[in-house]
Amino acid sequence: MKYLMLIYSNPETWGHPIFLRTAEGLAMSDAERVAMTEELDTLLTEIRESGELISVAALADPANATTVRVRNSVRLTTDGPYVEAKEQLAGLFVVDCATPERAEEIAGRFPDARFFAVEMRPIMGSSGEEM
Amino acid sequence: MSTAAETEDLWRQLAPQVLGAVVRRYGDFETAEDAVQEALLAATTQWPADGVPDDPKSWLIRVASRRWIDQRRKDSARSRRELTVASLDSASDQVAPPSGAETAADDTLTLLLLCCHPALTQPTQVALTLRAVGGLSTAQIARAFFVPEATMAQRISRAKQRIKDAGAQFEPPPADERVERMRAVLHVLYLIFNEGYTATAGSDLHDVELTREAIRLTRMARAVRPDDGEVAGLFALMLLTDARRPARTTADGRLVPLAEQDRSRWDHASIDEGVGLITETLPRSPLGPYQLQAAIAAVHDEAATADETDWPQIVALYDLLERFGPNPIVTLNRAVAVAMVDGPAAGLEILDGIGADQRMAKHHRLHAVRAHLLDMAGDTDAARASYVRAAQLTTSLPEQHYLEGKATALGP
Repeated sequence: MKYLMLIYSNPETWGHPIFLRTAEGLAMSDAERVAMTEELDTLLTEIRESGELISVAALADPANATTVRVRNSVRLTTDGPYVEAKEQLAGLFVVDCATPERAEEIAGRFPDARFFAVEMRPIMGSSGEEM
Repeated sequence: MSTAAETEDLWRQLAPQVLGAVVRRYGDFETAEDAVQEALLAATTQWPADGVPDDPKSWLIRVASRRWIDQRRKDSARSRRELTVASLDSASDQVAPPSGAETAADDTLTLLLLCCHPALTQPTQVALTLRAVGGLSTAQIARAFFVPEATMAQRISRAKQRIKDAGAQFEPPPADERVERMRAVLHVLYLIFNEGYTATAGSDLHDVELTREAIRLTRMARAVRPDDGEVAGLFALMLLTDARRPARTTADGRLVPLAEQDRSRWDHASIDEGVGLITETLPRSPLGPYQLQAAIAAVHDEAATADETDWPQIVALYDLLERFGPNPIVTLNRAVAVAMVDGPAAGLEILDGIGADQRMAKHHRLHAVRAHLLDMAGDTDAARASYVRAAQLTTSLPEQHYLEGKATALGP
């Protein structure tokens, strides 16, 4: 089953890995920061080698976001993200896992889950069962 | 002259036998499997152009052996190790010793058991089985599962690495593991079938029909394990389920429930084969879950109309099936059958028990079945609410479409 994993964060300054730039990340010792970065590397290597990782994207600063609306057939663009919030979408992963439990395990291993949150969204498929 | 499809069937049929011969010659599954893939690829380009060789199996073994040696040379050059290439060279032009039908059968079974090794996760068992036993390319398997080719390649190479790390050899497993290992093989074949069976309209766009592939592999398994009742049961289940395929969806990909299917469109040749097989297997073999599921499918398929379905017999078969271990999906299906015999209240009572399980409480099928039974009971409002809940929980587009349609049909 395929999931979109959305990484939410609220960094002091934008950049990746984003968890290091949060207030909590900045407060850690160098050793803790290195260890946390290694945990992420280990996770990414593991899911890439297992063939679970389908795609990954790190997003640019929301300052670069443009929101597009069409009203009465007129396109209106505004600077900034659609949802104005402290926490912003920082990156996304698409994974294909054997079970929902495995997907939760992966989500929980992103360091970002400790500071803000990782949201798991199942991806709909075109197959269906006989009813 | 043979068609492209016949040619492909031929080399795919030979794939496990060729791999068996190459692994036995060089002793390494991982590299032998790559070499055989390359030989199959060579066949895809050369056979349609030059014609099928007189002895296609020897041709494939010869080409795979050459590829194996070429790769080995490159590797040894890279690692600067001396290798007795000369001795390997002479092997490359040898024609494989003629292997009897028995060896071919043994190889296919050994290969199936190796690809479904317990060190692998189910998705990787599935991928490796399709490639090593089914002779499909990584690209074909990736397309069938809607993942990028690189992702699938990673799964397959990881699977082979794990088999190596587990110290597994190309040989039959120890006698005390055989029953358990064979069960894993059947489960993988069942998963491949289900993946294809559940796919709807979009599946026509594939070059690989996973359902057909699962049936082909299970037919192979049956040829090498003719006395295994569960292999026969699984094969019959596939035939009896696939027989309904032409009536299962509309031309635009909408799901048609079993009760509303146009039964004249079922594949009656497959039904006859499946019914014959399960009828002959049941009294002869120790009972197993695949045989029981096949027997249930046979009862459905033998009813000329939905109203003529022998529901008491289906209830009895589900009762037996539940004895093989608790399974909430089996219980859901039993609830439907019980409702057909004793009325919807009896079915709904069974569902209350399943809903206590937290995971099942969020499973769309529980709500879909509850909706159906509530509708039978005449509780339209509650039925509609359950259909809406089921539509919300499914991650399948056609199922959602179907469930929303049922909710709408029950009024605003």
